[in-house]
Amino acid sequence: MNVLVGVGSPNDSPAAIERTIQRAARVADELTVAICNPDADTDVSLAATVTETLEEHDITAATRHVSGQPGSELVDIAESEGFDEIVLAGGQTSPMGKITIDKTVEFVVLNAHTTVTLVR
Amino acid sequence: MNSERRYPETISGPFEEPPIHFSDREDRDIEIRPYDGSEAEYEALAEMYVEFDPSDRAQGIPPGRESRVRTWLDGILADDCYNLIAWDGDTAAGHSTLVPDGDDDYELAIFVLQDYQEAGIGTHLIESLLGYGYSEGINCVWLTVERWNHAAVSLYEKVGFETTGAESFELEMAIRLAEDD
Repeated sequence: MNVLVGVGSPNDSPAAIERTIQRAARVADELTVAICNPDADTDVSLAATVTETLEEHDITAATRHVSGQPGSELVDIAESEGFDEIVLAGGQTSPMGKITIDKTVEFVVLNAHTTVTLVR
Repeated sequence: MNSERRYPETISGPFEEPPIHFSDREDRDIEIRPYDGSEAEYEALAEMYVEFDPSDRAQGIPPGRESRVRTWLDGILADDCYNLIAWDGDTAAGHSTLVPDGDDDYELAIFVLQDYQEAGIGTHLIESLLGYGYSEGINCVWLTVERWNHAAVSLYEKVGFETTGAESFELEMAIRLAEDD
């Protein structure tokens, strides 16, 4: 299975990114990690987290940088490049413990034609 | 969660402060008072959440399994949170809580056991919690609510919450109890 992982929602913590990539690697024959962030500084730290996770868990994956609206870019890439599944960190929890779904996750869930897996 | 949260300029209140007593619409004698930190009250609350109807869960809380209910309660009954319990004798009928968000403001949630819903307990639980929060020096309170949950949204609007964020799955609502320090 050809799996696309999207990282870089504003609240994706390093732990959430690691968990999400690990979960995706379990089901993927081919894995691509898309780092979605228009902001150059965050992009560097996101890329470092992704690289560390891949090395630490001995996961082989292609990485790429995506600019523009992360939700629509992910849906577009999955569709035009024949991915079978999109995997995202599935919602942060508030101080109260309520799960909140951000705009990127909502867009992907509503618009993707592939299976979408939310990891938390 | 994020320090750019917007709050209404208008101050709401004053609100009643706990403890309060009243008869609910079913003529049950209800008392609302702050959680006293005792094991007996903790256990009564745990029992309420274990009995909670899964269809009344919102955004993953209360959790479904008893072990996870207890982990969750340990977090929101901590010393830096403010908790009120509505009692029908020894039975916990409802619970409202304010949890610090790390930005000097507080997230609010309220739960009423199914048998005690639509009896006016929720309104008292939320108003007396806001009164309690105000008396403890809290300026701003926010919450998130699923947008289809019209009953909850109108309750929050009735006490003075305004919608401050509508661009994600959940509505974010906020209320101001006092001017910023």
